[in-house]
Amino acid sequence: MKLNLKIWRQKDARSKGEMKDYPINGIEGDMSFLEMLDVLNEELINKGEEPVQFDHDCREGICGSCSLQINGEPHGPDRLVTTCQLHMRKFNDGDTIVIEPFRATAFPVIKDLVIDRSAFDRIQQVGGYISVNTSGNTVDANATPIEKEKADDSFYAATCIGCGACVAACKNASAMLFTSAKVSQFALLPQGRVEATERVQSMVRQMDLEGFGNCTNTGACEVECPKGISLENIARMNREYLSAKLKG
Amino acid sequence: MSGLIKSSIARKVVMALSGLFLVFFLAQHFTINVTSVLAPDTFNEWSHFMGYNGLVQFILQPILIAGVIVHFVMGIVLEIQNNRARAIKYKKYSGGANASWMSRNMIITGLVVLAFLGLHFYDFWVHEMDYKYITANPEDPTRYLEETVHKFEPVWRTVLYVIAFVLLALHLWHGFASSFQSMGVNNKYTPAIQTFTKIYAIAIPAGFIFIALYHHFNPITQ
Ligand code: HEM
Ligand code: SF4
Ligand code: FES
Repeated sequence: MKLNLKIWRQKDARSKGEMKDYPINGIEGDMSFLEMLDVLNEELINKGEEPVQFDHDCREGICGSCSLQINGEPHGPDRLVTTCQLHMRKFNDGDTIVIEPFRATAFPVIKDLVIDRSAFDRIQQVGGYISVNTSGNTVDANATPIEKEKADDSFYAATCIGCGACVAACKNASAMLFTSAKVSQFALLPQGRVEATERVQSMVRQMDLEGFGNCTNTGACEVECPKGISLENIARMNREYLSAKLKG
Repeated sequence: MSGLIKSSIARKVVMALSGLFLVFFLAQHFTINVTSVLAPDTFNEWSHFMGYNGLVQFILQPILIAGVIVHFVMGIVLEIQNNRARAIKYKKYSGGANASWMSRNMIITGLVVLAFLGLHFYDFWVHEMDYKYITANPEDPTRYLEETVHKFEPVWRTVLYVIAFVLLALHLWHGFASSFQSMGVNNKYTPAIQTFTKIYAIAIPAGFIFIALYHHFNPITQ
């Protein structure tokens, strides 16, 4: 396959950056999108040019490191996959592919396609935990019976890998889907109820502080989320937040 | 309380509550307007009641105006903040791949409706204020239908009404159901809410358009 890549190049966080054209040859349909970029980088290194920087780690859809806005969509045109799981057979010979970093004021570009997603870490840090006594008398989690449906919903929320595609897709760069997944994961379980009131308020406060936009319920996040995190989580977070505020 | 408005979720709830209030008001406004076609005497009677009832004029009307102001001011604030949240734009952004046009362009449809509300205010509210308090005409419980029908004589005004209501339909198509999500309602009733939203978003604006066209094509000639 022959492709024409248009890739965002940016020297460092302070430089301006621009789109650059990279024609590429010999791409196989079975390659992943990241493997295609590996081929490009090998060529660039052989030519003595600076390779394109991009984030990746597990390359099997579980770590959430890979990102990339591909032809205007986070993780590309395929659904329920991360960029590392996206196959080149989703593209046609001769296609032009535009590759940009996820854009949000809260996700500044570090270099080329690499962005700083530590805003998500800070949202997690202010509430993504439960307090349990670990001084030797730890209670077995299964000692507390939990309805299957709730356990399932909590588990689904917990499958969020923190990739940031929801923010990247949203026209408002809102982090509501991510934050609501993190809130829901705990809010649905009795172990998480203890700090529920504080948690939702802290996490929403941090989310706003980081400079993410306001949700307008377009639903783009749910469509683009590689883990299929549902908008129901956002409604749940809104409920949790309102009842926390009304309780005072 | 001010702390509440500082949060993004609270701003959404303000948007949702003011929007739902306007949705409710719109249905009430439509009920009165449709009598101008179906039962002219009732239209005069109700219009007169609305125009001279103290509760309507001095309590409900200010609440309505406040509701509109809160809604569009908050809408503009949200839009500015959301723009800032992505200071550097994408070169290529496929918004249509994952969200509807209606949901992505609430500010555009909203601002067109706002511009229309300006005209509407000039046409009816300013006129009423002049009639009642400045020129200080005597009460005339039968004048409303004729005044209304006259308004729709010019083609330009009728066309503007039609355009505004088409955009209002697009605004409501997303907005009505969206307000439930904003308030945390997403459950087994959500599909029903979405269906009702679609019916409402088409039926009510279509009704207003019908009334405007009806009066345009059936002028009162004396
Ligand atoms: C009679 C007129 C109007 C009605 C019935 C109405 C109704 C609604 C409703 C129900 C929502 C959904 C709220 C939510 O998503 O939680 C909404 C959202 C919105 N409205 Fe209006 N609206 C009207 C006029 C306006 C005007 C004049 C503007 C002017 C700027 C405006 C701007 C917006 C914006 C920007 C949103 C998006 C907010 C969001 O989705 O979160 N609307 N409207
Ligand atoms: S909600 Fe989905 S899109 Fe957002 S960070 Fe989690 S996994 Fe990624
Ligand atoms: S590299 Fe880990 S999810 Fe893609």
